[in-house]
Amino acid sequence: MTDQTGLSGLVDRAALVTSPVVARRVRGLSERAIAWLFITPTMLLLLAINIFPLIWTIRLSFTNYRANRPNATVLDVGLANYQSILTDPDVWAAMTVTARFVFWSILIQTVIGFTLAWLIDKKFRGHGLWTTLILLPMMLSPAVVGNFWTFLYQPQIGLFNYVVAALTGAPASSFQMLAQVPLAPWAIVIVDTWMWTPYVMLICLAGLRSIPDYIYEAAEVDRASPWRQFWSITLPMALPFIMLAVLFRGIENFKMFDMVNLLTGGGPGSTTEMASITLKREAFEKWRTGYSSAFAIILFVTVFGLANIYVKALNRVKSR
Amino acid sequence: MTGLVSAHSVVDPSPLTKRIAAIVVIAYALITLVPLLWIVMTGFKSPSDAIAYPPKLVAEPTLEGYCNLFTTRSRQAPEYMAKLPPASGLCDRISRDRNMVIAGPSNYIPRYVNSLVIAFGSTALSVVLGTLAAYAFSRFKVPLKDDLMFFILSTRMMPPIAVAIPIYLMYRELGLSDTKLGMILLYTSVNISLAVWLLKGFMDEIPREYEDAAMVDGYTRLQAFFKVVLPQATTGIVATAIFCLIFAWNEYAFAVLLTSGTAQTAPPFIPIIIGEGGQDWPAVAAGTTLFLIPIVVFTVLLRKHLLRGITFGAVRK
Repeated sequence: MTDQTGLSGLVDRAALVTSPVVARRVRGLSERAIAWLFITPTMLLLLAINIFPLIWTIRLSFTNYRANRPNATVLDVGLANYQSILTDPDVWAAMTVTARFVFWSILIQTVIGFTLAWLIDKKFRGHGLWTTLILLPMMLSPAVVGNFWTFLYQPQIGLFNYVVAALTGAPASSFQMLAQVPLAPWAIVIVDTWMWTPYVMLICLAGLRSIPDYIYEAAEVDRASPWRQFWSITLPMALPFIMLAVLFRGIENFKMFDMVNLLTGGGPGSTTEMASITLKREAFEKWRTGYSSAFAIILFVTVFGLANIYVKALNRVKSR
Repeated sequence: MTGLVSAHSVVDPSPLTKRIAAIVVIAYALITLVPLLWIVMTGFKSPSDAIAYPPKLVAEPTLEGYCNLFTTRSRQAPEYMAKLPPASGLCDRISRDRNMVIAGPSNYIPRYVNSLVIAFGSTALSVVLGTLAAYAFSRFKVPLKDDLMFFILSTRMMPPIAVAIPIYLMYRELGLSDTKLGMILLYTSVNISLAVWLLKGFMDEIPREYEDAAMVDGYTRLQAFFKVVLPQATTGIVATAIFCLIFAWNEYAFAVLLTSGTAQTAPPFIPIIIGEGGQDWPAVAAGTTLFLIPIVVFTVLLRKHLLRGITFGAVRK
């Protein structure tokens, strides 16, 4: 730190003693100008494609606008959309389904992902190859994969059912992963875990590898047991990375649409109807644009609020 | 000589630990690869073998799935078939065996090309913009820096369906509906948050002393950025680009809601490949396999960079 201020101090002093023209040539654009030059394109893009539409959505959420009837008169309905959404038991059911899915999928992925990363970090021979192979599922499109898993989940001919039948002895046609109320949510959790555990693993691996060897060496000198080293060095130091992985996965899974849409489409009944599926039905099937805009805003505020709290916690862990 | 120098580092795991770790990791890898292998294998099965019970591990390989993927066919009466000139080409012969005649090419290749154009276009754009913004956030005193960074992240929190509603209306007004440019801009806006956040992490890891030294040597700030920081950040940029590319290549929600024809990508197209009486699973599997290959090749080629990028290797060494 002191080194750095020393160096930039040197630059400042050099700038002071040279003439202004030379100084400008040496330093080029001012730092402030460069900062804005570098940040503005990103901000403009986000304003055009995220913020402007967001404001539009907010405005629409107070109306009865329908996108399939652009010429109909648009009435201002005040908070009616919000009121009917927050009192709708179906919406609460969708939120519960979403919350359960997020909780279980993230919990399972984090446990498996961290364990795998920790084992890979033992640097056994060939760990690079196997890491690459493990990463493959997350390369595939959730939609394309979700679609193919419907084939694996077929009650009679599906490979998944066949393997479960072979392992448990239950007939392969006796259960339907995608069509039975108790099984369908787990069918989705299984596919999501299969797909995204590598993502968590990769971030955890980065965290584990960021721990300098000398800390472990010091612990060895102090004769700290491996158990103790794990709990007081490995886990705390990898924690910011684990939390980052959970943050990204949490947000992604809260928004989960593609895999569910193709695996179950929200069924059977509405057992797996997550918030995004409800939103799609309202917005692009029933064309209740105003109503679905209000729902979109509620969802956004929910994720935004939760993520805000979470990032604060993450920063506290990081600064420790 | 041998005594001290070849001694194991105290932090190197024991051979037994390594062996157990290897067994568990390899077992996990093999299990998770089964569905992918099954996709590849199904692509080479005939429709009846694909849906056989018990599932067939070994089946006579056929290219019927691939033929069905690339063509559209129509069923004809045997009398009509008999009058046709001899079949030309493999796919022609395969479809004749099923009393079908190839009617023309399917939409798979145009959809695939759309995927390529949109994924690479948006990745390039997000990485360039993200690198610049990340550098500014990493090095300069930007007012409200934390708030801006959080704002950038927050744009990723909108469920795609929620964004799709106003984007659908906006693109309808601007004439960007169902265009590649519209999709590139949209995917860039989604990816940019990831790009800025990941890249800022990588930039933070590069010691400022490098640039300061370069500037003492007479480089301007911009020269220092291009000649010192960018080469140092290469692994981070590559890793970020891979993540952006995967997202754009795989995206489905926006694609299914906002594109229908000229700009439709492969993910919304593959699930609707149907044959007679339901989904044509070998064709779907063939389409999935071809869709997966570029990403697998890319990942394997760049795996050193991917791992190093993720491990901040260039900086920590």
